[in-house]
Amino acid sequence: MSKKIVEQEKRAFMTGNEVVAWAALAAKADIMYGYPITPQNEIMHYWTRMAPKYEKSFLQTEDELSAGFTTIGGVMAGRKAFTATAGPGNTLMQEPMSMAEMMRLPTVVVVQQRGGPSTATVIYSQQEVTMTSIGGNGEGMRIVYSTSSHQELYDYTIKAFNTAWKYRFPTFVLGDGYQAKMRESLTLYDPEARGIELIPPEAYVGKEGVPGKDRPPAHFRNTYNMEEELYELVMDALQDYEKISPDVAEYHSAGIEDAELVIVGHGIVYRAIKAAVEAMREKGLRVGYFRPVTLRPLPVPQIKELMASNKQILLMESSYGQLARLFKDVAYGSSTKINTFFKPGMGITAEEVEAAAREILK
Amino acid sequence: MPQSWRADTKPHKFCPGCGHGLVLKCLGQAIDELGIQGKTVFGCDIGCSLLSWDFFNLDSVQTHHGRTTPVVTGIKRARPELICIAYMGDGGGYSIGVQHLISAAARDEKITAILANNTQYAMTGGQMAPTTMPGQKTETTPYGRDPETTGFPLHGQEMVASVSREEAYVARGSIANLRQLKSFIKKALENQMKEIGFSFVEALSACPTNWRTNAAETWDFIEEKMPVYFKVGETRKNE
Repeated sequence: MSKKIVEQEKRAFMTGNEVVAWAALAAKADIMYGYPITPQNEIMHYWTRMAPKYEKSFLQTEDELSAGFTTIGGVMAGRKAFTATAGPGNTLMQEPMSMAEMMRLPTVVVVQQRGGPSTATVIYSQQEVTMTSIGGNGEGMRIVYSTSSHQELYDYTIKAFNTAWKYRFPTFVLGDGYQAKMRESLTLYDPEARGIELIPPEAYVGKEGVPGKDRPPAHFRNTYNMEEELYELVMDALQDYEKISPDVAEYHSAGIEDAELVIVGHGIVYRAIKAAVEAMREKGLRVGYFRPVTLRPLPVPQIKELMASNKQILLMESSYGQLARLFKDVAYGSSTKINTFFKPGMGITAEEVEAAAREILK
Repeated sequence: MPQSWRADTKPHKFCPGCGHGLVLKCLGQAIDELGIQGKTVFGCDIGCSLLSWDFFNLDSVQTHHGRTTPVVTGIKRARPELICIAYMGDGGGYSIGVQHLISAAARDEKITAILANNTQYAMTGGQMAPTTMPGQKTETTPYGRDPETTGFPLHGQEMVASVSREEAYVARGSIANLRQLKSFIKKALENQMKEIGFSFVEALSACPTNWRTNAAETWDFIEEKMPVYFKVGETRKNE
């Protein structure tokens, strides 16, 4: 048994990437596979420094296809395996994650979004929402946590391993360059000391006993002879996904009850929204916010309830409507107007949120 | 029938005259003789090799096109005590997944990659592969492969050998000599079992379906024509 990374709760001031490495160790991740891409590099840097001290492994692969597929191998071998990527790397990651989706493999991927498609603009973006949530040639049976702070990066990276191994769907922590690179305070803790049970991994292949003698062989495939065979499997998995969605979906909201205007946003944009809403509340404006933590699956009943309440909606994001598309799909049938504020690849400040809100309330 | 074969999935799903069954027979015999059935994991690719997903009484995973090498590498890195085999065709190993094969060899991954070379993409209907012979007719070279515009056949085994360490085992066998092919595969697996280094065996294989050859022509192609470009033998051996 390797020693614990965090013996006692402690306050720390560190970058988001460092937080992810600490969280993965706290979640008892066994192995990271990775390929360099900004802005996630320091996750690997901290993991490679700390991992040997805790009997953990690392493999630097030749590209993100390999990082994703080796992660699949690690998971199938019965280890808590993860990778981290961004931007064009996330594009390549879609192929392995579509395989993980169909084989119900509990892979964990940390995505630190970057602006794009481009190089160099690696600071800030929410442009990987569509790709992370429903990318790949499949039905988007993934779980995506969009974090907004270093504490959440820590909490949800730990949670991602549990969610993945509990439900057996690929699970993503969706951050961005800001969260990856800035320093912020948070509390590091040992999840088990807080009563969070860490779900142990299980081997898909390389199990005990001789296959064919002591037990049937474990045969995993992506090939089907008939459309009906594939259809049945996809529908079964979708049914499972629908069933678990209410348990998995998370959101935060405040001030909705008496609000005239509810501002919707996710990730770090939610930080600006929250600050603006609190400031406007102090000035007596009736505003509230609604923030999905999970982008897949979305908190459907709560969004439907919000959209039925005849309030004004302002949806803000650092992409050109990637959250809006997912949100509007759930909101379909409501006549409530959705005002939008899109700034692809650009940050949104609390001042901008307030100005946009005041424009609508005028 | 080798012990490690799964009897209830036989007869296998390959076309009549296909080389895969013979390569997998050698592999099955090697696994039996080495007594590693209980700790071997088998990965197969997309292409005709995928038809081996339930071929063995081995824990198996069929992956995406070209991605068997990284999946098997991932398993081996997570569980070094397992014997991990990546089985693929020439399209998977030398074209779409060439970066994985080369990188695994360069990193000296302690896995065994086995590649069946039938000089074209068979599952998709017989298109040109990196291994297609000059003048050979395929669906995408209907007038024969012209090296001027499409290059010469890739010497994949030599390419893998060139980036492999001295301790690696790299060889090319042929279904025209099964005794030798089995001994190559066995040595490759032993290299992994002894934790010596990366191991790779290319097997010259046959595809009469897409070659549109009869038995005599098939045999002539594999025994006479292919070895002109693809020299059979051991390029790296740790002896």
